Amino acid sequence: MELTAIEIIRRALDEEMSRDESVYLLGEDVAAGGAFGVTRGLAEKHGARRVRNTPISEAAITGLATGAALCGLRPVLEIMFIDFATLAMDCLVNQAAKYRYMAGGQLSVPMVVRTQAGAAGGAAAQHSQSLESWFIHVPGLVVLAPSSPSEAYGLLKAAIRLDDPVLFIEHKRLYAMKEPLAQEEPLPIGRARVAREGSDATLIAYSAMVRTALEAADQLARDGISVEVIDLRSLVPLDMATLVRSVAKTHRVVIAHEAVEMGGVGAEVAARLGVAAFDELDAPIMRVGCPFAPIPFAPELEQALLPGTRRIEQAVRELAS
Amino acid sequence: MSAIATELKNETLVGFYEQLWRIRLFEEQVQRLAARGEVPGFPHLSTGQEAVAVGVCALLNEDDYLFSGHRAHGHVLAKGSDPYAVFAEIIGRQDGVCRGRGGSMHLVDVAHGVLGATGVVAGNVSIAAGAAWAAQVRGESRLAVVFFGDGATGAGVFHETLNLASLWRLPLLLVCENNGMAEFTGREEHSNVAKVSAFAAPYGIPTQTIDGNDVLAVYEAAREAIESIRGSGGPWLLECMTYRMAGHYVGDAQHYRSKEELAAMKEKDPIDRLRRDLVKRGIPENALAAVAARVKAELDTVVDRARRAPHPDPRTVLEDVYSAWN
Repeated sequence: MELTAIEIIRRALDEEMSRDESVYLLGEDVAAGGAFGVTRGLAEKHGARRVRNTPISEAAITGLATGAALCGLRPVLEIMFIDFATLAMDCLVNQAAKYRYMAGGQLSVPMVVRTQAGAAGGAAAQHSQSLESWFIHVPGLVVLAPSSPSEAYGLLKAAIRLDDPVLFIEHKRLYAMKEPLAQEEPLPIGRARVAREGSDATLIAYSAMVRTALEAADQLARDGISVEVIDLRSLVPLDMATLVRSVAKTHRVVIAHEAVEMGGVGAEVAARLGVAAFDELDAPIMRVGCPFAPIPFAPELEQALLPGTRRIEQAVRELAS
Repeated sequence: MSAIATELKNETLVGFYEQLWRIRLFEEQVQRLAARGEVPGFPHLSTGQEAVAVGVCALLNEDDYLFSGHRAHGHVLAKGSDPYAVFAEIIGRQDGVCRGRGGSMHLVDVAHGVLGATGVVAGNVSIAAGAAWAAQVRGESRLAVVFFGDGATGAGVFHETLNLASLWRLPLLLVCENNGMAEFTGREEHSNVAKVSAFAAPYGIPTQTIDGNDVLAVYEAAREAIESIRGSGGPWLLECMTYRMAGHYVGDAQHYRSKEELAAMKEKDPIDRLRRDLVKRGIPENALAAVAARVKAELDTVVDRARRAPHPDPRTVLEDVYSAWN
């Protein structure tokens, strides 16, 4: 049976709440389902005590979740848009991420911050950003970016069971995806997935961009270019071993993401591959990301800015030629 | 002498006196070693504000959660942490409560309920609310207390937390040490709201402004607040008017203070104040002097030991960034 990502993520939350009574959901409107309906029905099933609406106070509710996590709860906090995580940065960056370390290992923060990111449908500059690279820069945080409903299910289950703070990024376009649930188990954190095997170039992506990358790979295959697509799944920790193995096979790399290229995940991956796979590379590592501009409102402007299959194909062709 | 003083036993009051001295002398040692370059970073002293820590913490159980800000030494000691482990932490040693990872501004001692000090003003007021929420949902009787200065009331998260704590009736005691100074600048340049307790009313949080240099006044007000909180009465905001006898940080030249102000300081000293009360009560001066001398000797030993404690092993620098899974 095909399920939407919203239904599949809800199922992961529901199952984890049934499995472990220390799991609590918090966030703006979550008792009514949240802005995207992910948590719909969970308050009725697990009680209003465990699925709790909060005021629009990102700083305070992130602190609330952090403090509860220190005391043994496993809060799953929903920050409606990653753009609003800016309001919670002190807590995420200065407090939650460093708690375990600063306390010399006496405490941990088993908290998941589920948030939603990316551009789609004219949400414009303050509701469309891909800010993941801010968070990968902070030691102590785990950053996950699932590319499909089933992956979201497995990674979210693993995140809830983890003792460290996790930023769990759900792309807007993910919510519209449908598929049968591929597996019922948590997925290992820190493992990338080879989404498609190929031999001419390695195309690295994450989140909703994996689907775009697979479409580009299909198109390129018609022209005889065999592309290996790697889905990172986990941005921190980064699975370099899988990337290096692929590069040893293809010798060419394109990294695609929706975030701006400047200071992005692609820059980090490129720098690391530039060292770890230097002898394997036959060409410079290419990046495909948003140009250095905010996300615009009008549909034709939004489309003009977002990196799609065309730009990815172009980058791969350039490398392969 | 106040009603509360007649109610308390001599033994309890002398215990307060001893704790006040422990904090005072502990911080004098921090200052002494800082001047000799033996304290990394920039420790903040609570000299003059000890009565708040002692009066509130005397009412806490070991399993109550305590949070504090950058001026936390007194709170942590009053909560029951081992002065040796705290001092070792402040000078960055392996035997420190955080194994030398936290330091003066980030003291954590879970065994004594100290869930953390933070170097970010107002940064853990909301985290304390989270600890209170955890206690509430589990039906536990413990509460969370968070100490902060008047400067913290300029932060948005302070107000967000007041709203949330009131809304959810969290077992949270907010203790403001209003020393009238936010870092180097007086409160009148920070806010038109002179009294921090004024922020409690709009959120429906009970509050009281008291003389924070009088340990008995602190104790009395904190007892009312804590009884109310433990009876599920929701949060309380206690504003303790106090006086920072120290600079903002060790080495602060305090050019912003007049000679007259410095001279009046002794009058406000919470230790001297309690001493006068105790003498009136018939406790001999020499018995009180003996208490101070004993604490001084104890701390001399603690500091000597801490200075001889091993430094952290640089090879362990990457430990505990994450839990054991990766």
